[in-house]
Amino acid sequence: MADPEIKSYAPHHESLSAAVTESRPAKAVLMIVSFAFLGIFLLLPLIVVFNEAFAKGFSDYADALTSPDTRSAIYLTLLVAAISVPLNIVFGVSAAWAIAKFEFKGKAFLTTLIDLPFSVSPVISGLVYVLLFGAQGLLGAWLKAHGIVILFAVPGIVLATIFVTFPFVARELIPLMQEQGNGDEEAALSLGANGWQAFWYVTLPNVKWGLLYGVLLCNARAMGEFGAVSVVSGHIRGLTNTMPLHVEILYNEYNAAAAFAVASLLAGLALVTLVLKTLLEMRYGAEIAATRGH
Amino acid sequence: MKRFLLGVATLAGLFLASSQAWSADRLLNASYDVGRELFAQVNKAFVAEHPGVAIDQSHAGTSAQARAIAEGLGADVVTFNQVLDIEFLVSKGLISADWQKDFPENASPFYSLPSFLVRAGNPKNIKDWNDLVRDDVQVIFPNPKTSGNARYTYLAATAYAKEAFKGDDAKVKEFVTKLFNNVPIFDSGGRAATTTFVQREIGDVLITFESETRGVRREYGDDKFEQVTPSVSLLAEFPVAIVDTVADEHGTRDLAKTYLDFLYTPQGQDIAARNGLRARDAAVAAKYKAEFPDVRLLTVEDVFGGWAKIQAEHFAAGGLLDQTYGSR
Repeated sequence: MADPEIKSYAPHHESLSAAVTESRPAKAVLMIVSFAFLGIFLLLPLIVVFNEAFAKGFSDYADALTSPDTRSAIYLTLLVAAISVPLNIVFGVSAAWAIAKFEFKGKAFLTTLIDLPFSVSPVISGLVYVLLFGAQGLLGAWLKAHGIVILFAVPGIVLATIFVTFPFVARELIPLMQEQGNGDEEAALSLGANGWQAFWYVTLPNVKWGLLYGVLLCNARAMGEFGAVSVVSGHIRGLTNTMPLHVEILYNEYNAAAAFAVASLLAGLALVTLVLKTLLEMRYGAEIAATRGH
Repeated sequence: MKRFLLGVATLAGLFLASSQAWSADRLLNASYDVGRELFAQVNKAFVAEHPGVAIDQSHAGTSAQARAIAEGLGADVVTFNQVLDIEFLVSKGLISADWQKDFPENASPFYSLPSFLVRAGNPKNIKDWNDLVRDDVQVIFPNPKTSGNARYTYLAATAYAKEAFKGDDAKVKEFVTKLFNNVPIFDSGGRAATTTFVQREIGDVLITFESETRGVRREYGDDKFEQVTPSVSLLAEFPVAIVDTVADEHGTRDLAKTYLDFLYTPQGQDIAARNGLRARDAAVAAKYKAEFPDVRLLTVEDVFGGWAKIQAEHFAAGGLLDQTYGSR
């Protein structure tokens, strides 16, 4: 660690590095530890996934990805993300707006509620919907009488996905909006803008990087969610199997190569997310730093 | 902004509309975890004979399936590997109590048995159940508390011991306790136990359904493992039933019956045999005789007096399983 006394005397950012007093070996050890850690826990599994996926050759890999079951799993996963991510944007922006810009009773409670999915095990999130919408659940009889199918069908999967992902956008936006305060919006309103215009031309541009970041995270989780979706899916091939569920099924059927082929797609998605995020930060680093406040 | 809201509304509408509709020529078969290939082939053959129908498949652990059906999963038929899980649906009023009389052979079109898989060359020379309690042998099978597969293993070992010790309950208990003590790791399910045995290379013998050992050999190499069939084992039924409430609601009872009957035809039996299950049909059984070594099979009814009794005596809290399995 840097000696606090020396650090506190360093007036500029540039001179900080000169003021850091670790010996070279200490630096090297720290770097080796971080890289080894990342290598073992992140890189190695990733290599294994792709290695297993291609274990039986490229044509088997292609076959696994183009089989009807896999294609429908990919389609369903994209559909679920396409529904739940926009809904999450609406929810996240509204919640962040309410919390950051207004004072009202129960605000702290709302903030806590938003964090709930982070603290609840995904399996429980799924079971909650079973208890609500299941045939023996609270609303089961009413839904059945009206011919509405939620559980073990796409609506149930979407609901479970929304539940586990809804903190992502809101969590990114709340601190950002709180920090920015109401000044810009008040200026816009005093210049004659209406509420929508203030939101569209002032607030949104101010938070766009935070929003985009939240959407990326939300999307990654929406496509990758396993626990909650597993409980409400019903595991019907070609109809209610998402990609993560499909991976498990293939693996359980002693079809490791196909399982890892599908897993490699999910891993690929994670990589794309990572690259997008890095590109965003590289290109708009200064702006992001300015608007995100760090 | 309006366009965005419109898009959201469209997607929300799509999501409500996308719940699948059923019809009289479409069946959902809720099946056990590793039956995908079997039923992919069965369904293909069935649809070829009955053009215009469609069969959807759902696969998961059968206890999870039974629970999902009780909660509204619209499965017209179940093809399980556990009788108890169908009995669960009977208790919920979804399947009639005498379902085992609706189809031949106790409504079990094919069967399997707990069997052994050892490492190539059988280095520990494991031949039968009594070898499993030797001090130098490590046995792998999943936790009988959570796995139906392991319950069969437990029952088969108990059935063997009952015969070997001529019903001396104390000795049977000692035998089963010793067997449990030879298991270094209890995984939660059959697939995890396979991974422990095959990939982590722990243990000398894996006990699982005979139908599973084929999949293991195919995935991990025929030359690495050998199948050993014990002298005696327990008949493991693969029960099928129509889910009455669902079939009546969907109007699919006739199709459901035709579909389950198909499993008993020579064609259906042949597909089952090719997937490692023992066929009931004599001609098909003769055709695949080489792949299924002779074994004397005891039944749950003969040895234990039926599943209800097993549930009460063995699997209930504080029952014989708890006493032998101990506080692990």
